[in-house]
Amino acid sequence: MTAELGHFALILALATALLQVLVPGYGLLRRDGRALGVASHAAQAQFLMMLTAYVCLTIAFINKDFSVAYVANNSHSQLPLMYRISAVWGAHEGSLLLWGLMLSGWTLAVSLFNRRLPADLAATVLAVLGFVSVGFLLFMLLTSNPFERMFPVPLEGRDLNPLLQDPGLIIHPPMLYMGYVGFSVAFAFAIAALISGKLDSAWVRWTRPWTTAAWAFLSMGITLGSWWAYNELGWGGWWFWDPVENASFMPWLAGTALIHSLAVTEKRGLLKSWTVLLAILCFALSLLGTFLVRSGVLVSVHAFASDPARGVFILGFLAVVVGGALSLYAWRAPKLVSEGELNLFSREGFLLLNNVFLVTACFGVLLGTLYPLVIDAFELGKISVGPPYFNAIFFPLMAPLFVLLGLAVFTPWKRGNLREALRRLRVPALLALIAAVALPFVIQGKSSLVIAVGLWLALWTLATAPIELIKRLRSKPTWLAGLASVPASTWGMTLAHIGLAFWMVGVVSVTGYGVERDLRLSPGGEAEMSGYQFSFAGVEESKGPNFIADRGTVSVERNGRTVSTLFPEKRFYPSQRSVMTETGVDASLFRDLYVALGEPIDKDNVQGDWSLRLYYKPMIRFVWLGGVLMFLGGLCSMMDRRYRLLRASQPVQAATTKVLA
Amino acid sequence: MTKRQQRMVAVAALVIGIGAAVALGVTAFRKNMMYFQTPSDLIAGTAPAGAKLRLGGLVEAGSVQRGDGLTVMFRLADCKSVVNVRYDGILPDLFREGQGIVATGHLAPDGAFVADEVLAKHDENYMPPDLAASLKTDEGHSCAPFKAAMQDAMQSDQTP
Repeated sequence: MTAELGHFALILALATALLQVLVPGYGLLRRDGRALGVASHAAQAQFLMMLTAYVCLTIAFINKDFSVAYVANNSHSQLPLMYRISAVWGAHEGSLLLWGLMLSGWTLAVSLFNRRLPADLAATVLAVLGFVSVGFLLFMLLTSNPFERMFPVPLEGRDLNPLLQDPGLIIHPPMLYMGYVGFSVAFAFAIAALISGKLDSAWVRWTRPWTTAAWAFLSMGITLGSWWAYNELGWGGWWFWDPVENASFMPWLAGTALIHSLAVTEKRGLLKSWTVLLAILCFALSLLGTFLVRSGVLVSVHAFASDPARGVFILGFLAVVVGGALSLYAWRAPKLVSEGELNLFSREGFLLLNNVFLVTACFGVLLGTLYPLVIDAFELGKISVGPPYFNAIFFPLMAPLFVLLGLAVFTPWKRGNLREALRRLRVPALLALIAAVALPFVIQGKSSLVIAVGLWLALWTLATAPIELIKRLRSKPTWLAGLASVPASTWGMTLAHIGLAFWMVGVVSVTGYGVERDLRLSPGGEAEMSGYQFSFAGVEESKGPNFIADRGTVSVERNGRTVSTLFPEKRFYPSQRSVMTETGVDASLFRDLYVALGEPIDKDNVQGDWSLRLYYKPMIRFVWLGGVLMFLGGLCSMMDRRYRLLRASQPVQAATTKVLA
Repeated sequence: MTKRQQRMVAVAALVIGIGAAVALGVTAFRKNMMYFQTPSDLIAGTAPAGAKLRLGGLVEAGSVQRGDGLTVMFRLADCKSVVNVRYDGILPDLFREGQGIVATGHLAPDGAFVADEVLAKHDENYMPPDLAASLKTDEGHSCAPFKAAMQDAMQSDQTP
């Protein structure tokens, strides 16, 4: 029964989503306040329905109800409970359901937190979100119903893809979707601004926390994905420029540009139509990401479906949403007039440049991701573009961005003083230079131009990121008073920028000093790498809940002292007859030792020689630490008091003037 | 500087910046574009000498041989032709005989394909679409080695 209940709940959710679009739409046309009010009730009802559907599917998984096709395809009687719950989003249909649940969750949050919004703005935002929801619910019900029954009922499920049986998978997709879907709120606000023709600083203050939240979750989702790939794929890499990774990275780049241009629009009333365009672009890229991943045009771990009907539906939906939004933009954007002029040597000028670089990088990634698909679609040959392309285009565009960051943090709004900036920033720049040249020699004994440049960028950012914070601290007579006066958004910004510097430190150190060796070892054999002795004691069989593993033992010594004993595994999952690598990692802040079993050289003799991967990854944790700091910085920023003031005080009009005054 | 001059400088900077980005992109693209080829394409010699290629095909049953260290040799087939592949490294988890794989590398002077990277995807019935398309014959059916591989997969599917 649960499956039918879930299906029914989905249909009801579609009905409420339709109400959420049509009734407020009517209210806007007829200026009917009661009709506008329906939007938030519909949003709340829709969330309840989506939650019911989601819980039903989860129950079907927990109860191993193999009569539901989706459960039968992605679960197994021996699958541990934890993975049965996370298997809900382990494949196409369920992950769409999660998408829909998240969307209705964000919509619910908007309807609850933004009670003080002007009624017409709130209703427009909710109606746009409802429209997106209608699209996804139709998609689910027409092409990918997760509740479809299967007859005859199979005795055993086909099991969850073993790659996805990892704690990383439990949180990676929900975080990523929170980000993807969260941009729909910024999109809805942008559409509302276009429809009303009003974009003032109050609008920006309503939009900013939502956008920052979405961006923070997306940052965390990408970071978790990278960490999962490192642990689970057994190649020791943290980023592969895989099309699916790019699909999540493009909205991130556009989103990063958006949160910066929103700052300019709030403080200076400039770049209004650009901000709106970015919000549309950001959501368009989120939808494109969903299309790329879900339609089967891409080949990857994540690309579950290869049903052309699905691809066509999402492409059509993408065309309607983005085409509609851009037409509206073309028609209404001229109404959004910016106040005042933009001076290039000022913070807003630098933030504009930041946007130029980020959007260019985003299009570079887009080109590399889509070009092979386009060429293939026109039957001009089958080509692929590898990581070297993306590295060649991405890093040169990032370097000026890092330089700009320090300048922008130092320079005040409106008008900066070039001479003053050069004089004051000389010291951090020089210190960073000395450290960037000297440190690699001191620690590693060798360096290169690329390492020095990368490290300089990181240290420069690290040195300049706290400037704003220090200014605030110094603005009060005592440190303590200064500390209390620092707004949350300054803390957030500083944290996120430090995160960026950490990320760069990690990237430079892993690419510059990482050591990777693939070799053949007999049981009892030894190998030396980066000052560590690895001894391979052979493999023995071990049994897991739903797999059989060849478990290797590798002990690591340094200068005669045992550092760690690692147990890399080769797991065989009988239900899917597939083999999986489970890596053995000794992690610490400054270096990872990473061992993965390759294969037995003679495949009938597992007691014989094995091929092994031994990796030494200095400071790879900084790559993810950077992502975590960005996430925390984002959360911190959205807590800023000036976003809350607006909700706490009574009538909106009064609040707006108070804040502006 | 006057406002006007400032604006000119800004525009010039933008043009130069975007120009550099485009130039960078195009060169990076040219250098790193890899064409997908089948063993037949490779033998027909359509690829420029020394170019980096992606070669897709089926690993011929019984053709995998181990050498010293991690060296491995196998034969990669499509409907018409067979190519020898040499690889020094660790094969992916899903590499096995009869399986469709994609190898990245270049053609050696002796006619063998030297792979830097071997990819096999995560589903065992899975064929890279590039490969599946290249294995189709004119009648719209897949050719013999492809069918045999599929049958193997289906048979082992039925065994519990």
